[in-house]
Amino acid sequence: MTPLLALDPAYWQVTTLKGILALVVVPTTAAIIAFVFLFKFVSFMHNRLGPMEAGPHGSLQLLAEAGRFLQKEDLAPEQADKRIFRWAPIVVMVATFLIYVVIPAGPNAVIEDLPGGIYYVLAIASLSVLGILMAGWASANKYALLGALRAAGQLIAYELPMVLAVLGVVIQAGTINMQGIVAAQMGDGAEIFGLPIIGNPYILTQFVGMLIFITAIQAELSQTPFDMPVAESEIVGGYMVEYTGTRFLLFFLAEFSSAFAFAAIAATLFLGGWALPHAWGIPYGAMHVLGPFVLLAKTMAFALIIFWVRFTFPRLREDQLQKFAWKVLIPVALANIMLTAVLKVVF
Amino acid sequence: MTAVSDRQKLAYLAGQAADARVNVELETEGMVLNIGPQHPATHGTLRIVARLDGEQVVQAEPIMGYMHRGYEKLTEVRTYAQITALINRIDWVGSFANEVPFILAAERLMGIEAPPRAQWIRTILFEMGRMANIILFLGDMGIQVGALTPMFYAFRDREFILNQIEAVTGGRFHPNFDRIGGLKDDLPKGWIEDSHTAMAKVREICDIMEDVLLGAEIFEARTRGVGVIPPDVAMQFGLSGANARASGIDWDLRRDTDVGLPYGQVDWKVWTHPDGDSFARYWVRLQETREASLIVDQLLDTIPSGPVMAKVPRIIKVPEGEAYVATENPLGEMGFYVVSKGDLNPFRVKIKTASFNNLSITPWLLRGVYVPDIITILGSLYFILGDLDR
Amino acid sequence: MPELPTPKLPGSGLLKGLGVTMRTALETMFPDGLKNPVPQPTKGAATVQYPHEKETPANRSRGVIALHDENCTACMLCVRECPDWCIYIEAHKTLAPPRRAGGKPRAVNALDRFDIDYSLCMYCGICVEVCPFEALFWSPEYEYSELKIADLLHDKTRLVQWFDTVPEFEPYESGAEIKVKKVPPPPKKADQ
Repeated sequence: MTPLLALDPAYWQVTTLKGILALVVVPTTAAIIAFVFLFKFVSFMHNRLGPMEAGPHGSLQLLAEAGRFLQKEDLAPEQADKRIFRWAPIVVMVATFLIYVVIPAGPNAVIEDLPGGIYYVLAIASLSVLGILMAGWASANKYALLGALRAAGQLIAYELPMVLAVLGVVIQAGTINMQGIVAAQMGDGAEIFGLPIIGNPYILTQFVGMLIFITAIQAELSQTPFDMPVAESEIVGGYMVEYTGTRFLLFFLAEFSSAFAFAAIAATLFLGGWALPHAWGIPYGAMHVLGPFVLLAKTMAFALIIFWVRFTFPRLREDQLQKFAWKVLIPVALANIMLTAVLKVVF
Repeated sequence: MTAVSDRQKLAYLAGQAADARVNVELETEGMVLNIGPQHPATHGTLRIVARLDGEQVVQAEPIMGYMHRGYEKLTEVRTYAQITALINRIDWVGSFANEVPFILAAERLMGIEAPPRAQWIRTILFEMGRMANIILFLGDMGIQVGALTPMFYAFRDREFILNQIEAVTGGRFHPNFDRIGGLKDDLPKGWIEDSHTAMAKVREICDIMEDVLLGAEIFEARTRGVGVIPPDVAMQFGLSGANARASGIDWDLRRDTDVGLPYGQVDWKVWTHPDGDSFARYWVRLQETREASLIVDQLLDTIPSGPVMAKVPRIIKVPEGEAYVATENPLGEMGFYVVSKGDLNPFRVKIKTASFNNLSITPWLLRGVYVPDIITILGSLYFILGDLDR
Repeated sequence: MPELPTPKLPGSGLLKGLGVTMRTALETMFPDGLKNPVPQPTKGAATVQYPHEKETPANRSRGVIALHDENCTACMLCVRECPDWCIYIEAHKTLAPPRRAGGKPRAVNALDRFDIDYSLCMYCGICVEVCPFEALFWSPEYEYSELKIADLLHDKTRLVQWFDTVPEFEPYESGAEIKVKKVPPPPKKADQ
């Protein structure tokens, strides 16, 4: 931003620019994730090619899909609660947008570097549950209701492991501010085992925490093996079953944007986000340009894991996944926190 | 006038009574969920009316018949060759397996025996139909429990078998190849070798399914202990095929009855499992597929030379009599009871299919299970709607 | 004992499953293995990009029925035996020249109309099998979808045109005792 600061824009200009950027970035990231993983990677896992006609190697397929959804009729079921039915996808979409506010893509490239960074993200993640419940209840459809209730139970249950896994990182970093966590991993003086060459990515010390976090994200995004809310072969779309057209497009975009957002958060917490190790000696100014690309690469790595697991495993029944969350993940996460706290004090 | 209104009243009451059995909107307890005729998990147009208490099923009732095509009535006005063409479509995934019991029953009535080469090739194609059917099941069970990938592997490797069936008969799903007295045509050159390759592929897909699905802890958690059928209940409901064998009943028509097919000359074994749950049913079918590929390998190496069709008259008029032949089809026991009065058309053909019995156990089996388990159980019992409704 | 050997470590079954899918993904992207690090998914995939590439069906594949109208005597056997009654034949009696000089003219059937309605056809092959004069043959051609159902009624000229696509009879496996049949040459066109 240094050359641009010579312009000295007003606050409202900066905010408008950031708003427009967010509106552009969020669907684009959803599109990237959806294309690379949902269309291509899963097709390769199935030994087939995926969409190939729209654009070279099917790269414009999402544009075609978006167009297709946008031109559909605006339907709502007769007995549905129309106002809540209409507002549900907007709630979910807004929750997704709000997560993007604190993800840092460079030294200054963050919409608003809130001091309560990761804490804010965890709070916002619960907002989408509200949207899902609204969608399921207002659809006047028993399948949607089943899906929504399952979602409520599951998403709330897996919030806890997510919070506890993040706590380990926070204890080790000493701050909940996202830029602070990045700096603690890759900034000045960050070294592990006496080697400053790789910085101190928390994936090494918080490996257990990372596994718990990835499992919790998988559940928060309703991906297999935790996709009971949208169990396609049973309740045919769950809470999304009555949605079509633009509203379904909003759910679809929200799902993939959230996937990108959570993967980016995981990359920031465990791999160091936009930063490369300070010992590599890359000038600070260059990180303004390189930062987003580094973050993209690390996010794709986490997204790979998420989608790889999604398309390989069957789904857990909801009582099994609740048992898994409460009886396995939370005790392990608590043990991880205690161990981290002890080690932090000792070393 | 009074008679008409009485009749109307009676009709109305009868309709209400019939509806009341399923019209559970009158009931105030629990929620009625229609796992309706259009559903991705019911293998076709099957409807299950489930009364739920939260996520647990209190009572489930299957309603079939959405796909009834009137096969048994059709057979009364078709000749034997035409019937052979039609019955391919009963169990539409099992291709050749549908024709075999009918043709064997007609041959028994006519007192004709097909030459040994024909019996050998019949058995090979029969087992290929079995493999095509069960490999689809192996992938499909994955989808029922939520894993999307095994289905693609199953379809990819099924192509090898279907290509082999197509190379001989001309049709992948509806071969229409069996004739009274033998087969329509002989094998094309190079078929035996290609079939050996296809059998190797079948064993490969079985290994892949074991790694991806059968060994996955999540699959075991979803299927172990779900839908347990004790052996005596299985026998009461008339389960057959892999469903019975998974409950520990050692019964296989290929070994226990002799209909002329050369199973006795091949070294193979019958797989059973003592548990009787959905995992057992999947496991038994997977082992059976592997066993079928070994059977075909042995049969391919020992095909006798000779004619492929016995001497039969041009116009086939089956003499008077009745015969019932049941064979071990991929879905279970399929039998044709043919009654003939000496015409070109049979007088009556009764088709016994395994899926009907498999479905009849569901009201007993689905009490007290969760909604996801309904899908797992239906998937593991495995019925094809064409086989169920005919 | 019919039991799967239980995995030693909890979760190893899941990891094996992950391994299978990743291995398939890598095999699709890099079909030549380490020799060619450039991803070539089009080569590695098991699917064929129809309509840009096509698979050739087997020789006996039942695609469409071809007519050799010189052999047809309008005996109506195929019409009767078709389970769907999708063949329509009309013929009239004419006199053909006598076989030997000084003999009587023969009464033969001349084919007016021979239509097969492919919207009804079940592709069972009974008509081809039942024809005593070898006038019907299977051809593996399958790309004749139409936009209107009425266009699926193939008339005599179209059925004769399919004859060019009928493959030669292939040799049988060793041990078979059926004779290999020769496919008659395609019917001559009217202007030749």
